[in-house]
Amino acid sequence: MIVAQRKPLSEIITKMEAYKKIIVAGCETCVAECHAGGRKEVELLASQLRIAFSQKMAPVEIAECCIERQCEPEMIEPCSEQIMAQEAVLSIACGIGVQQMAERFPNLPVFPGLNTTFLGTHAKPTQWEERCAGCGNCVLDLTAGICPIARCSKSLLNGPCGGAQDGKCEVSDDIPCAWAEIVERMTKCGKRDQLRQIIPCKEWNTARDGGPRRLIHEEAAP
Amino acid sequence: MKSGSRLEQLLARGEFVVTAELGPPMSADVEVIAKKAELLRHTADAFNVTDNQTAVVRMSSIAASVLCLKSGLEPIMQMVCRDRNRIAMQSDILGAVALGIRNCLCISGDHQSFGRAGKLLGHPGAKNVYDIDSINQIRMFRQLRDEGKFQGGDPVKGQVPLFIGAAWTPLGDPVDFRVIRLGKKIAAGADFVQTQGVYDIERFADAMKKARAEGLHEKTAILAGIIVPKSAGMLKYMNNSVAGVSVPEALIRRMSEAADQKAEGVAIAVELIRDIRKIEGIRGVHIQPVEWESIMRTISDKAGLLPRPEIPDA
Repeated sequence: MIVAQRKPLSEIITKMEAYKKIIVAGCETCVAECHAGGRKEVELLASQLRIAFSQKMAPVEIAECCIERQCEPEMIEPCSEQIMAQEAVLSIACGIGVQQMAERFPNLPVFPGLNTTFLGTHAKPTQWEERCAGCGNCVLDLTAGICPIARCSKSLLNGPCGGAQDGKCEVSDDIPCAWAEIVERMTKCGKRDQLRQIIPCKEWNTARDGGPRRLIHEEAAP
Repeated sequence: MKSGSRLEQLLARGEFVVTAELGPPMSADVEVIAKKAELLRHTADAFNVTDNQTAVVRMSSIAASVLCLKSGLEPIMQMVCRDRNRIAMQSDILGAVALGIRNCLCISGDHQSFGRAGKLLGHPGAKNVYDIDSINQIRMFRQLRDEGKFQGGDPVKGQVPLFIGAAWTPLGDPVDFRVIRLGKKIAAGADFVQTQGVYDIERFADAMKKARAEGLHEKTAILAGIIVPKSAGMLKYMNNSVAGVSVPEALIRRMSEAADQKAEGVAIAVELIRDIRKIEGIRGVHIQPVEWESIMRTISDKAGLLPRPEIPDA
């Protein structure tokens, strides 16, 4: 899923201060799963803003809506009338949702309420971890199902580097060394010898480095 | 000869080679390099010029290597994967070779988060590159030299004489994988290898035994790393905090009990060099007198490494 984290309230307040009619727009999918932008978080943020703005001379109206998938244009439609009646949109979807809102409502200022952080998993009850870098050319078959692009701090393909210690990354003891995990899993899977093969350098043109990406599915035509 | 460098020639002659480290300054001050060069002159055969080590901005390793050359010292230019993509790496290698540099050590480089340490702010917000890793960097330079081809496939005109080096952390984690990784570096084209600092002779000898079992010592020239200890505190710090450095308890105790820790450090370095020389397959030592270049001559002398062999001018 796409993992995101709410921006500090003070930052949101500073950005929204100029508006009298604001809608907080959440998303029921990924960001709801990571407790950043679902219905509960919409209610919480709207209440926080009402309290913060209650001291103002002119009243500020804070509306709420929650879209099942803010990244899907047709799913925004049921809320479009309510949104168009506002002065500004505060989207607490991921960056894709925020942009979808901006595209759908060309005359409305749209603000992000979250920082979209990574593609990851709910690894522990209170912890989400990055798993995929969306590089466009998956190497997981070569690395025992553990992604070195996303999970090694240096995206090494033939790691681990000399900085790994006790299974931890040199960047922080909180980061497991992806290559220590890869070596361990390859050994368990009886593929240790495969570690002797040099994985050639990656061609990044399938990743973001090749420019913004698009995908065309002819068969998806209506 | 692949490069004709002094280092390559001496290794080809079967000499036990000595390399040392020369860290560029955090300034554009030419004098710093000149002074270090004077302290290091004739103490070793070639000198590693580090590339923004610990992710702290310093004079570029290419420029500092050229200044080294001007001082009459042969540089081993280090190049990290952190700061350059394959275009910049190859461009810099062509430039370095054009300027007379003949040795290059290919390494991943410390993560940019390392730069913030002690009183330094560093640049922890920098974007890293890591377009290719050190193994593919070695392979790319070999292809440039041996096949006359850029990584992308375009032809390179003329020769790119270069002696290609790699780093090895024999006691790094996961330790049983380290010989495999060394093998990959050699398969990629490492002509010489410099190891992380060795204090634990027994464990290092064991790693070398594994390397020999794969015949790696015959395919490359392995130079063992010696980090000159200055104090018991430094040894403790390295043991606990520097990845892949293991210091036996007895050595730390010996240092703590010494009346003159610096003198003891020199004695330890000299003993380490003597013990390491006895390990089969070791072709030289890489001595790092970290910010203590003035001690280098004493160490080389006491370890019986002086005078360094001459190379007749071609």
